[in-house]
Amino acid sequence: MQQIRNFSIIAHIDHGKSTLADRLIQATIMVPERLRRDQMLDTMDLERERGITIKSNTITLPYVAADGQEYALNLIDTPGHVDFSYEVSRALASCEGVLLLVDASQGVEAQTLANLYLALEHDLAIIPVINKIDLPQADIPGTKEQIRRELGLDPESAVLCSAKEGIGITEVLEAIVRRIPPPRGSPEAPLRALIFDAQYDSFRGTVVSLRLFDGEVRPGDVIRLMSTRATYKVEEVGLFGLSRQPGARLRAGQVGYLIAGIKQVSDTRIGDTITLDARPAAAPLPGFKEVKPVVFASIYPVSNDDYPALADALEKYKLNDASLVYQKDSSAALGQGFRCGFLGLLHLEIVQERLAREFGQSLIMTVPGVRYEFTITDGTTLAVDNPQHYPDPVKIKETREPYIRASIIVPERYVGAVMKLCLERRGVNPHFSNPSPGRVELRYDLPLAEVIIDFYDKLKSVTQGYGSFDYELIGYRPSDLVKLDILLNGEKVDALSMIVHRERAREWAVRVCERLKEEIPRQQFKIAIQGAIGGKVIARETISAFRKDVTAKCYGGDVTRKRKLLERQKEGKKRLKMVGSVTIPQSAFVAVLKTKNE
Amino acid sequence: MGKAGGEGPAPGLYVHVPFCRGKCPYCGFHSSTDLTLVPPWLAALEEEAGRYREAFPAFDTLYLGGGTPSLLSLGDLERLLAFLRRLFAFAPGSEITLEANPDDLTPDKLRGYRELGITRLSLGVQSLEDRELRFLGRRHTAAQAEWALNAALTAGFAAVAVDLIYGLPGQSLLTWESTLNRLLTYRPQHLSCYQLTAEAGTVFKARLEQGEFALPGEEDGLAFFLFTSEFLGDQGYCHYEVSNFARGQENISRHNRKYWQHVPYLGLGPAAHSFAEGRRWWNQADLTAYLKTLARGETPVAGREVLTPEQLRLEALLLGFRTRFGVEVGLLLAAPNGQENLARLREAGLVELSDGLAIPTREGLAVADRLPELFLE
Repeated sequence: MQQIRNFSIIAHIDHGKSTLADRLIQATIMVPERLRRDQMLDTMDLERERGITIKSNTITLPYVAADGQEYALNLIDTPGHVDFSYEVSRALASCEGVLLLVDASQGVEAQTLANLYLALEHDLAIIPVINKIDLPQADIPGTKEQIRRELGLDPESAVLCSAKEGIGITEVLEAIVRRIPPPRGSPEAPLRALIFDAQYDSFRGTVVSLRLFDGEVRPGDVIRLMSTRATYKVEEVGLFGLSRQPGARLRAGQVGYLIAGIKQVSDTRIGDTITLDARPAAAPLPGFKEVKPVVFASIYPVSNDDYPALADALEKYKLNDASLVYQKDSSAALGQGFRCGFLGLLHLEIVQERLAREFGQSLIMTVPGVRYEFTITDGTTLAVDNPQHYPDPVKIKETREPYIRASIIVPERYVGAVMKLCLERRGVNPHFSNPSPGRVELRYDLPLAEVIIDFYDKLKSVTQGYGSFDYELIGYRPSDLVKLDILLNGEKVDALSMIVHRERAREWAVRVCERLKEEIPRQQFKIAIQGAIGGKVIARETISAFRKDVTAKCYGGDVTRKRKLLERQKEGKKRLKMVGSVTIPQSAFVAVLKTKNE
Repeated sequence: MGKAGGEGPAPGLYVHVPFCRGKCPYCGFHSSTDLTLVPPWLAALEEEAGRYREAFPAFDTLYLGGGTPSLLSLGDLERLLAFLRRLFAFAPGSEITLEANPDDLTPDKLRGYRELGITRLSLGVQSLEDRELRFLGRRHTAAQAEWALNAALTAGFAAVAVDLIYGLPGQSLLTWESTLNRLLTYRPQHLSCYQLTAEAGTVFKARLEQGEFALPGEEDGLAFFLFTSEFLGDQGYCHYEVSNFARGQENISRHNRKYWQHVPYLGLGPAAHSFAEGRRWWNQADLTAYLKTLARGETPVAGREVLTPEQLRLEALLLGFRTRFGVEVGLLLAAPNGQENLARLREAGLVELSDGLAIPTREGLAVADRLPELFLE
């Protein structure tokens, strides 16, 4: 156990986390040329493109240190977004230390600070690593000063490196060995292993990533998942190399994988404790939470014929993403689809993009919303996450919506802009503190509904990228809610309905009507677009009809060409949605979500 | 091949004369300025016509279009008509149209046309403003056009048709009205008024894209269109197709009507299209290729299609909505929401119903290309 080190790399986006991970791998494992590529741990195309980690990956690096001993360094990758803060916390709970990466040319940034707090919360050894020292604009003394002043860490403890140029990599490895403590725990005690990730393998089922705190596990053992009490027989255990390396057992302190005939990823819970059925641990490891979806939206196939294909794609996708929940939904405008629950807006975007890329699905997604609570006159409480299930307004006694407590850390100069943004989003109960000189932490209670659409983007834009944002759900509060309907030529487009706060209804209605006016092509007739609450119209736009659209000539040779044009339109029509006589392009449903300055 | 269109209305014959003195900058049609190719073209045409001998019942229209058919000498024209009459049957009283440019016409030529049996002369006047004619790259002046018009009308043709172009850059409704007014003093039997468009691949299109000039936008285009229709309507011309006006029903172009009503027609010459028995085929567009293929004894047909019932329905819609002959209501009701959309079109004043036909109004003709899409299956 003395030869094991478990660590993560935490960094502000673009500070070189993936590059450093690649270098550490190259320095310790002979990577065959054919497998070498940038960002080796980020396996999804989407991750490499966006430069963020969505699904974490783990790897064991064998390293012979200067002291002549061979160590197993377990690098546990963490997802990099607030939607996945629970997953991050479980990954960090599996470590004894972190490399806190700071870009020598950018210095300490908002996320660096937020990451530091996370690491401190888990009582981890922190090794500051100053990266990109090769850049001409690198300011090492300045960065060290920031590490001292803003992070409160010993600047002389920082390791200097350039992951890109391969400078200082040995120093980083030696620091991991010397400064991160080895894991503690008893190999003889009953098994306690923390699930910090799970991935789906189409041949083997669920591959669980775990950190053993006590005991050991071997193939043939019957394990128990402590939260669900489900039992499985272990088929294989092993370490993560560039690929899985099966072994005879996993012992306390180690990080590895386990395969036990678990069909779906959703049969496991991240943060759950695995123990042995025959000799269970007395108590699970702390920190387990049931992750619940907070953002809801419906997805529909562009063409109704593709509904079975979408159902199939969702089922397959779900194998590898336990946090997505969905059920059937239907809309008069869009046909058969699914109502989905997501961890947050990024999660929603990821699901949408992965369904498109990996499963070839063209989707229409409705405006995301949250789960509201209604007390009905007969005293019962309804939870409604779909505007279509909005109760009869005359029977509503009270309406409540979920609130979050947002924690926003920004340099002082952006405080005004952030306060303005929070007020616009109905923020209440502001609290201010100074975690370090020059920085302010703002705490606001905000309705979750106000945060899920473009809040994070807005925050980044008003703080020029310096704002870090984290939140926790704090429960439901009474709120004056209404259902906003969108009508085209008097007919309701159910898929565009939404539940909003009364004070925000008009603003939304105007925004949606404007977007639709831009997106819906002119047609043979005038189109009236209206936003209404109950029967009361609160916003309207008009799209004028075609007035002149005809070619001057149509003789022998023109007929085929014109007919083919019509035939193409006929094909395209399958991909358009009709509400009454109005044709709505798919883009219109997407456009209502976008902010104006995009 | 059996006789195409043996029942129903008589078929039409089209001959494409692919020669021009020069290329008009707005015209996207294929044409050659090499008049030495006229004799081989005539020979090839005769060869091609021979391939369709006996295939069609008697034609009741012949349309010599182009290009510029009036470039042909009377001798060449005589030879052309002679072999056509030898190879095909023509019904008594057939409409025989020849397209002519004013600058090609002489009293002798006009007399010759009459003697060769041409019944209808289609005159490419385009404008009666010299400035506009120069802009269009025409080789005649307004005075020449008026002379030709006068001469044609007194030469004894059953009908004289005049082609005009409107919606030119800088043209106002006022100047357009004055062209129409002067023209109407001659009372031609037929008028085609085409709104100027920039065809792909033309010099004109390139100049437009470089911003040398602009064409009227949608609202101005509509104003020209409605003005033309109303003005000519007041003068006794019925607006029977998007761009076509006849002084009384009897002067509607018998030949063009076949295109719009799925009546069989045979097209000879490069780029010509034919339609019969639910099939359509078309020739190689390039004159040289056309000549070479026929010289090798091969068919110049470059493409063909057999139309499905649904394709025929779509064509009936797109053609029907462009004319006052209209579309059979049954074809509209065959589409989902057909009834509903037809009601909406009537309500919007774009279509009127008469004898089981849906007929576009003036405003309907102005958006004719947009109407069929409401009745897709």
